[in-house]
Amino acid sequence: MEHTHPTIDSANQSKVATLDLPELYQCVHCGLCLDQCPTYRVLKLEPESPRGRIHLVKAAADGRIDLNERFKEHLYLCLLCRACESACPSGVQYGRIAETAREHLGPPGSDLTRAVLNFVFSQLLPYPRRLRFVFTLLRIYQSSGLQRITRSLLPKKLREMDAMLPVVSRSLFRPDSNAYLAIGPRRAKVAMLNGCVMPLLFGEVNEATVRVLQRNGCDVIFPKSQTCCGALNIHNGESTAAKQMARQNIDAFLAANVDAIIVNAAGCGAVMKEYGYLLRDDPTYAQKADRFGSLVKDAGEFLAGLGLVGELGAVKMTVTYQDPCHLAHGQRIRSQPRKLLQSIPGLTLVEMEGSDRCCGSAGIYNITHPEMSRHLLKEKMQTIALTDAEAVVAPNPGCMLQLCYGAQQYGPKLSVYHLMDLLERSYSAAEAASHK
Amino acid sequence: MVIALRATIGDRYVLVEKEDVIVYEQDGSIFQVMPEIVVLPANAEEVAAVVKLAQQANVPIVPRGSGTGLAGGAVPAEGGIILSLARLNRILKIDPQNRIAVVEPGVINIDVTKAVAKDGFFYAPDPSSQAACSVGGNVANNSGGPHTLAYGVTTNHVLGVEVVLDDGQILWLGGEVPDTPGYDLCGVFVGSEGTMGIVTKAVVRLMRTRESVRTLLAIFDQMDRATQTVVDITGAGIIPAALEMIDRTTIEAIETGAPVGFPRDAEAVLIVEVEGLIEHTERSMKLVRDICTRSGAREVRVAKDETERQLLWKGRKGAFGAMGALAPNYYVQDGVVPRSKLPEIMRRIAEISKQFNLRIANVFHAGDGNLHPNILFDMRVPGELDRVVEAGAATLRACIELGGSITGEHGVGLEKKAYIGLLFNEADLEAMTRVRRAFDPDGRFNPAKLFPTPLSCGEIRRQPASIPAGLWI
Repeated sequence: MEHTHPTIDSANQSKVATLDLPELYQCVHCGLCLDQCPTYRVLKLEPESPRGRIHLVKAAADGRIDLNERFKEHLYLCLLCRACESACPSGVQYGRIAETAREHLGPPGSDLTRAVLNFVFSQLLPYPRRLRFVFTLLRIYQSSGLQRITRSLLPKKLREMDAMLPVVSRSLFRPDSNAYLAIGPRRAKVAMLNGCVMPLLFGEVNEATVRVLQRNGCDVIFPKSQTCCGALNIHNGESTAAKQMARQNIDAFLAANVDAIIVNAAGCGAVMKEYGYLLRDDPTYAQKADRFGSLVKDAGEFLAGLGLVGELGAVKMTVTYQDPCHLAHGQRIRSQPRKLLQSIPGLTLVEMEGSDRCCGSAGIYNITHPEMSRHLLKEKMQTIALTDAEAVVAPNPGCMLQLCYGAQQYGPKLSVYHLMDLLERSYSAAEAASHK
Repeated sequence: MVIALRATIGDRYVLVEKEDVIVYEQDGSIFQVMPEIVVLPANAEEVAAVVKLAQQANVPIVPRGSGTGLAGGAVPAEGGIILSLARLNRILKIDPQNRIAVVEPGVINIDVTKAVAKDGFFYAPDPSSQAACSVGGNVANNSGGPHTLAYGVTTNHVLGVEVVLDDGQILWLGGEVPDTPGYDLCGVFVGSEGTMGIVTKAVVRLMRTRESVRTLLAIFDQMDRATQTVVDITGAGIIPAALEMIDRTTIEAIETGAPVGFPRDAEAVLIVEVEGLIEHTERSMKLVRDICTRSGAREVRVAKDETERQLLWKGRKGAFGAMGALAPNYYVQDGVVPRSKLPEIMRRIAEISKQFNLRIANVFHAGDGNLHPNILFDMRVPGELDRVVEAGAATLRACIELGGSITGEHGVGLEKKAYIGLLFNEADLEAMTRVRRAFDPDGRFNPAKLFPTPLSCGEIRRQPASIPAGLWI
């Protein structure tokens, strides 16, 4: 038998105090998370499970294993979907464990990938104008026909990545600096997150969200100095710029003095609700961050709580609902979006099996881990196909992009909507009917 | 050997790096011993090839399902190879007419029921970990669950197993029809805790879904009243499908970890489930309600619908996992007492808790008298583990004194092997050893488990202080 790797612990490694999180000691390794973890379900390898990863971080904190490439691979094969948190009877906040470990490890991938990611995290995402410029270039690339020419010349791997490039919407959403005023009696004053990619790729979703809020008696403002929420940074081991972005958002939104901060992207909402944890060691911001977090509401969560007013028109459509991970697991919001969908006349909601299982999008995971991402997407499209729905609703831009790509690559042919798209469509339908 | 293993089952599924194998040093228990190699074969032939290679190299093999066991059964006490059956996870056949299914060992328990529910069937053994544990692990431990009361344990639901023996031979014990002539070798294999060979397929019995199920939660301000109610219900001739007890400390854990709405101020709650034909369940439910009220329940809540019922079970089945909300470690015992002794054993456990100054959370199958005192502690506090082991032994001794046993369903594994001598004499153990040797003459499969082998700590490659010294007698 070859013993290339000693199994008895060597005491030559040192403890890593910052990894020794209290959350680690809440895990009693019962294993109830295993079968809820998408990567474990596919691979059946425990180092690719939540329990395994928690044990790895514990072992690293105790100085029993190195924070080497292998360790890093395990921590980054995780989608951070947090399905394990929904399954955990002890309430272990796995996301915090994984994010802290990633903070130690830095961004994933080769040196080149890391350099690119570092540039994106610190030079692009925090600056909405720079980001808009990049997307404008992308739109030119797509609409000029250049994409068709290059696609035929690219090697297979790059061609696949090119196919995943989202189609940049013709109309970028640029929020008005004045408030969008409530239609009818005013019920609330809210501020909305514009987001980094939402206004560029799904401009119409932001428009729809604003309209639906107005129709429900909300004054909607977009604080001018707001920026990207920092989720992509935090999920990929970058915290310096992320914390700066959080502070900037806290200042921008708290100054607006609103009843709620509305977010229509599940990933952003989850992170913004947890700014308090991100800035827990920042004496000037910790408290403000908690207050900020308590004001953050997902658009669906907020509207379901407020109760819809105004006349909804028929939208004849059979849809299925994909729970965005950071809505179902990250924010424990499951019933509210369904309730809103079911309030639309003419719309039929058919549940799919495992609607709260990750579609494989997971921020930039589909780029960093294309193989696993596609595997999960293919499974997802198969379960969607079984519902015979003509559309899938997923209130998060990452999921929407991924599902569009899935429909195009694997079928079935279906449309992808944000919850706000359909609500606005329903209101418009009622309006159109009354004009007749 | 690693090269040969990789050639047989592929690089990806042979793990030797420390950052891979370290996660297999533990299961759901408090034991930790590092394996040298972890292999994940995909089918019976690959399992047989691994077993042959292990025989040639004279290395122990420890089979592992989902690693949710509570007695250290999947911990490689003597190092060697962990053979994970997680990838053998296909349901091969569903035969509603003959009410059987043929499954591979890595199939998750609840997935069997999910697969047959549309035909109106379910798979009865339902350990609390059923959302994660594997059928193979259940077969190895002869696992029970809350519904053991009505349906019996795993051995009552397994008709046959395909096994790989120590020389790599693949053969069937039992089969798809019940009542095969000759020795019940399948029965011998079920509950053998991986010490005889590797199960690679199992024929399981399917049960017809009941017409109606009703579940209630009875809330008590005194433990004595709750335990007496259990005695009264079974004494009245009612056999519920399940009869579970959860005490105040466990409620605190559940409500802190993943709340389901159990009253935090209650001393104990009972979950009682009855099922059958509608007329029968309605009548039994009324009887049970009356008994609960008469025996001093503060409140009785009947689950209004399936969602409420599932919520009660979610709380109950997550109870062990929720202990992490109260303490970093817990040591669960699995003792059994005759039902009528429940009031007394609960008093004894409360005394033990006081005597050793340790919190003990009780959540258990009251209808069977199958206790699960969870002793809460922190491994990092010097000396605490020793006290925990002593307190655990004290609870088991109390069970035996009251005419019970040391394990109901978790298996002996590493955890209780020191105590098995309390139940069996040398002749008993010798007979059992001979049965084991008939299947596994070299003792290659899951060594140092089940039997009180005279091991000294030095013989075992393990991390210092990871195994409580008191357990290695």
